[in-house]
Amino acid sequence: MAQQTDIVPRKTIVQRWIESTIARYFYMIVLSFLLFGLLLLFIGKDPIQSYRDIFTSTLGSPYGFSEVIVSMTPVLLTGLAVALPSKIMLINVGAEGQLYIGAAFATWGALTFQALPAWQLIPIMMLLGLLGGALWAFIPAYLKSIGLVNETITSLLLNSVAPKIIGFLVFGFWHSAMDTNKTARFVQAARLPTFFGTRVNLGLIFGLVLLIAFWLFMKYSRWGLEMRAIGGNAQAARRNGIPLKTYILVVFCTGGAIAGLAGMVQASGYYGLMLTNFSVGWGFMGFLISWLVGGDPIGIIVMSFIVSLIYSGGNLLQITSGVPYSIINILLALTLFVVLARPSFAKGRK
Amino acid sequence: METLVAHQSSKNTKPPLLSMVGITKSFPGVVANDSINLDIYASEIHALLGENGAGKSTLVKILYGFYRSDKGSIVMNGNEIQIRTPSDARQAKIGLVFQDFSLIPTFTVAENIALFLTNLKAILNLHSIENQIIEISKRYTLDVDPHKLVSQLSLGEQQKVEILKLLLSNARILILDEPTRVLAPHEVNALFMVLENLKHDGYAVILITHKLQEVTGFADRVTVLRKGKVSGTLIRSELSEEKLIQLMFAKKLISPIRQQLLRPASEKFPVMELRSIETHGEGSSIHLKGIDLDIFPGEIVGVAGVSGNGQKELGEVVLGMERCAHGEKLLFGKDATHWSIGKVRKNRVAYIPENPLQMAVTGWLPVVQNMALTRTWLYARWWGFRLDLNKMLNDARRAFERLGFEVPLLFVPAMSLSGGTLQRMTIARELSFDPRLVIASYLTRGLDVQSTLAAHKALLDTREAGAGILLISEDLEELFSLSDRLIVCFEGQIVGRFKPEETNPIEVGHLMTGSKVAYGSTD
Repeated sequence: MAQQTDIVPRKTIVQRWIESTIARYFYMIVLSFLLFGLLLLFIGKDPIQSYRDIFTSTLGSPYGFSEVIVSMTPVLLTGLAVALPSKIMLINVGAEGQLYIGAAFATWGALTFQALPAWQLIPIMMLLGLLGGALWAFIPAYLKSIGLVNETITSLLLNSVAPKIIGFLVFGFWHSAMDTNKTARFVQAARLPTFFGTRVNLGLIFGLVLLIAFWLFMKYSRWGLEMRAIGGNAQAARRNGIPLKTYILVVFCTGGAIAGLAGMVQASGYYGLMLTNFSVGWGFMGFLISWLVGGDPIGIIVMSFIVSLIYSGGNLLQITSGVPYSIINILLALTLFVVLARPSFAKGRK
Repeated sequence: METLVAHQSSKNTKPPLLSMVGITKSFPGVVANDSINLDIYASEIHALLGENGAGKSTLVKILYGFYRSDKGSIVMNGNEIQIRTPSDARQAKIGLVFQDFSLIPTFTVAENIALFLTNLKAILNLHSIENQIIEISKRYTLDVDPHKLVSQLSLGEQQKVEILKLLLSNARILILDEPTRVLAPHEVNALFMVLENLKHDGYAVILITHKLQEVTGFADRVTVLRKGKVSGTLIRSELSEEKLIQLMFAKKLISPIRQQLLRPASEKFPVMELRSIETHGEGSSIHLKGIDLDIFPGEIVGVAGVSGNGQKELGEVVLGMERCAHGEKLLFGKDATHWSIGKVRKNRVAYIPENPLQMAVTGWLPVVQNMALTRTWLYARWWGFRLDLNKMLNDARRAFERLGFEVPLLFVPAMSLSGGTLQRMTIARELSFDPRLVIASYLTRGLDVQSTLAAHKALLDTREAGAGILLISEDLEELFSLSDRLIVCFEGQIVGRFKPEETNPIEVGHLMTGSKVAYGSTD
């Protein structure tokens, strides 16, 4: 009898969560597209035709779809790099910098161990990417763990340092004979494998697998439980003997490592070389997406798909209907705005 | 003792300025005010005396419109009035000085006061306000420079600004909530000079305090609250510390329910030793000074003291939450001064904090997971990547059942439990792993009679099993009936050490309230 009364509320909580999540995302997407449609009408374009263009150019062809996947790959990883520390109430704004340092470490590996076969070189580069990101994250994490400086501000400020270091390395040592701002193409063994003749690379699998592992880890593991306890009430967790400082260090550095891996994926899989200022804000986009969906892995996947779809579609829209490309930023901003307004739906529906 | 109650009506001829009649207010799990009657007269300082949690603050918050009473009425000059919001209270010329002031640091004194006035014009005439401030501050020796920024003022000066604020807004009844808490000794006297002057000009002053000297020195009338009820009202001529302590604390002693120790404590090694411990707490928290304390196996050491005198810090030092700035701590014979809390906990130290929701549990995690939180490694399977939910459930149920507590729903978030259930949950969790040392703060807060008995029995069983217990409480009945030894904390120091049978609540009450510092029998 007691068994039953215990289990019934758990089921309904899960069901309610699924229902509210679906309703939430559905409303968010519909509302942002409606708003953008009004904007298109206002500037004299046919919104229906524009949306048709966006969707046929992205979802309508295998190539378009693959490009959406390509641009969501790094964001999956940086989103996770932010989501993991957010579970113990740490705010990692430094994914961008960690991504740069991770990419730099991986590039060093690619240039140094050129002779190795792919099955050795790729894992080495991955480890180096993880290590670079973790080291860069260690600075704010350590300062936070000794109670000196808030991790938010230090990780944010380190973002502007990291690209300078990469600039120094590339301009100073690594540039190819022809260029000053990029390395030579990596050898084939240093390239992540791609699928089906598209630009989709193994990094996508890293992202999806890590997100699922993260979800399972938080839900089922001993450390996930302790992290949830810290996230809910750090002081009580400390009194219960959970080592708060260790968690701050380990979790934040792990987040950094994952962002570093994103850097490795982009250098090795996307560009196949390293260039200065190679990130187009992947770290920041990951931060935005992770916080918008509250660090929820499924949400990160859904949201980064939507954002990537808008971006890719925007490129095409500019060509086909002469809409200025910057307008796609407006659609993106509207989407983010609507997602932020989410609490009002949620409350209204309860 | 009952003769102490309700003297005033016969001795007072003038009608009260304000009466609170039959005020009752309950919060989930506790009746904070239970049909309280209070008469406030003009030209009097009326002290509200009582321990923390006796209901003083609730009563005053009802008067100032923060809370609404469940029952009862407020009568002013013979007419019943409704006070629903603080602005109603101000309309009725009632003013309150908060414990934590409500001034804006970057504003000047005059600007802060102007902000508070209800009849403020669209265009500020700060000059006239400044003149009023100077005039009033001269009359009552509340000297404050109106041009100064509040951030440049000492706490004592800020309090003056708070009082000036009320005077300028024409309040006639001034409520001061523990005003001397933030003041240095010489400032305390100055404050009471001001209050005396205000009294002579016809103001009514309500003074909330738990310090006896203030009451005996300055109050014209004292109402003592205990556990939400008025335990007595005295006028100045009847005042004595003796009587007040009797009213504040329990009147009779409950005979100890414990059995004698099996062996004399001194034959064993202590489970915990503190050697001249000092702490430097952050902010306003109290600092411990020169704490020496041993706890032996199979012994309950009771810590008496009015809340905020270092008992919480004492418990936190033992746990390791508060760092020792000086001195050393030994647990089970080993130097534990720099142990992590995790290590302390692994050595089977149980901690039952004063506020479980804040200090013991993660509110939105289900009860069963909160129960497992202190010892997650017990439930780890697959090298920690899975938790054994069935074992967690069984252990949680057993933890409740062995103490005779009802098992609550285990899958609801801990914060949805009532205060008493949450307390039972914490006790069940902490006593489930056969602790060797127990730190228990306010063990029975929020518990009903039956659960209180069960908790006491559980504590005594733990003691019989050989654990050392540090029992922090304000309930002297509880301390006297459970403790093998008793210490008294006042302002971060241990000011008394007794065996319960060698002392009495009056003496302990004296020490708790700092009415005199003396040392009883040391051991």
